[in-house]
This record gives sequence, C-alpha cells and structure tokens, in this order.
Amino acid sequence: MAPQQRKPHLCRNPDLIRGVGKYSRSKMYHKRGLWAIKAKNGGAFPKHDKKAAAAAPAEKPPKFYPADDVKKPLVNKRKARPTKLRASITPGTVLIILAGRFKGKRVVFLKQLTSGLLLVTGPFKINGVPLRRVNQSYVIATSTKVDISGVNVEKFDDKYFGKKVEKKKKKGEGEFFEAEKEEKNVLPQDKKDDQKSVDAALIKSIEAVPDLKSYLGARFSLKAGMKPHELVF
Amino acid sequence: MPFKRYVEIGRIALVNYGKDYGKLVVIVDVIDQNRALVDAPDMVRGQMNFKRLTLTDIKIDIKRVPNKKTLVAALEAADVKNKWESSSWGRKLIVQKKRASLNDFDRFKIMLAKIKKAGVVRQELAKLKKETTG
Repeated sequence: MAPQQRKPHLCRNPDLIRGVGKYSRSKMYHKRGLWAIKAKNGGAFPKHDKKAAAAAPAEKPPKFYPADDVKKPLVNKRKARPTKLRASITPGTVLIILAGRFKGKRVVFLKQLTSGLLLVTGPFKINGVPLRRVNQSYVIATSTKVDISGVNVEKFDDKYFGKKVEKKKKKGEGEFFEAEKEEKNVLPQDKKDDQKSVDAALIKSIEAVPDLKSYLGARFSLKAGMKPHELVF
Repeated sequence: MPFKRYVEIGRIALVNYGKDYGKLVVIVDVIDQNRALVDAPDMVRGQMNFKRLTLTDIKIDIKRVPNKKTLVAALEAADVKNKWESSSWGRKLIVQKKRASLNDFDRFKIMLAKIKKAGVVRQELAKLKKETTG
C-alpha cells in the first residue's frame, strides 16, 4: 500500500487508470520538490553514508548438524478470542435452547463468558433451568428482551462451572469394594444461594410483563404448518 | 360470465410478482397488448406486464399519464388507501402480513387468547344446550 500523506488529501500522482499516473516523470520531479532539495544541498541530492554495521558477536560453528533438514512451522499470529456474539443476542434476550437436557426451554441470557459460551438462567423457579453455560450455536435468539439491570453477574466465569478436582486417595485392598458406592453429587449451598440471588431480581422484572412468566415456563415446539425459515423469532 | 374489472386508465392494480410485489399501482397508460405504464406515489413510473398485475375493484378518475402531483391528488381525492384497507381483500392481506411478522412471544400470547376464547364459547354453548334440553 502506498503510504498516505499525513493530512488526508489526494496523493501527488492520482491514477488515470490502474498503472498510469496523471503526471509524467518530469512533472513529478517538480511536484516532489527534488529541485528544491538539490538546491538546498548545493546541486546534488543529499547522501548519507552508511552507518558502520555493529560487528556481530563471533559465532562458533555448531557442534551438531541434523541429518535431515528440519522444517520450521509457519508463523501463526492468530489470537484466541471468544466466539463472536450474534448481534441479536444482548443481555436480557430470551433464547430458545435447541439441544441437550433443556431443549425447547426458553431462557434468559445474562452474559458471554471468556470461553465464548453464553451464561444463561431459567430462571430456575420458572422453568427449572439453573445458571448454566450454553453454546451459541445451539440457541435461537428471540427478539423478546427482559430487563436485566437489577442483576449482578460479575462473579460468574468459566472456572465457576468447571468440574471440581478431587484429591486422589490411595486405595487399599479393602477399600476397593467400598469405593464402588460413590458419594452423590450434592449441589453446594453457595451455588443455590447464587441462583436465588440472580433470579430474585430477574423474576421481578419478568412478572412486570404480562404472560412473560408462563411464556418462559413453556417449551418451544414446532407445530404443523410452522416453517422455521419463515418464522420470525 | 361478463368481465367486471377492466384494464383502463385509472384502474388500481396489485403487483403480484417482482421487485414491487404487494404494491398498489395505478394504470396510467396502455403500451401494447401485454404491457401497461404504471405509477404509484412511491415508485418511478414504469412499464409492467399485465401478467404481473392483478386488477382490483377500485378505479380513480385521471387523464392519460398524469404528472406525479396530479396522480397523488387524485389518489387522495378517491381515498384509495382507506377503500383498499376496508375491502375484504385488503384486510386479508393486512392480516397475512401481521401473522408473518409475529414474534415467538406474540405467537404464545395468541395461543393463550385462542384457548381463552374457546373456553368462553364452550361455556356459552353448554349453557344454551342446557336450556334447550332442560
């Protein structure tokens, strides 16, 4: 790309068509002011002597040359970033989950986590969907929005939803038989409290809209005559 | 059966194919056996094949190829918009458009309303049945 002038204005030699400039060599010489630079320098174009290159430290010849040429992998400057969020999904949007245990459930979107997954809640009292992560690809965004201003979702991130790491216990002979009955996965009380606190503000703003509560409690399904590509969500 | 809607200057037609699908246009001139010059307040006057037009019952009083101002005035004077929207054809189109633009939440609310209405009707019916048999 030809470097532009500092002030945005036409480059000195605009193209008539690609490859043919408007001005000839002699005209461009004059426009660039090379005559003025030469005049300032006493008739010749100013020359700068090359800077003496700093002497590179003396390299020892390597001790070992690999038998075959080792290929260097191509350089990759891509950065990992969270999945691009669809423009139709904003905090407070009602989403329809399409797969998994909660398929068909209509759910409120809270925020996008750093892994790219969407943080979503039922609310639990209304349709049984807890605070959960969901992939954007398995979701239809409706145009219904819920007021989410009273909800604080700062503390939720991917680590909150990760599997808990258990310390491995050394198993003795007798313990093999006992270890078969695993302890049930009980939801810790603080997670239940988090759910309650997030849902409290949400439920209030949901009940302000007529029918919205029963809407969120109902599952979505395709009926006869509904064509998904023609439906407006 | 004789024809009732004729192609004539001033006939309002509905475009049923193409870029202007669904628009009401006025036939301002006939070009040849197959084409008419049509005009509408929100489009540039142009030719259209008759196959792309469906004639309506509405006709306005204009001279051949009026200028835009006269055309708009004539449409206002004949009150074409209201006549169209109160006709059963026009009302049907409006309902179709509304149904196509319904939100998922709107569809849910309509389902609730239908169930409610059916419940009320059924109650009334049950009452009437009791009166006649009782």
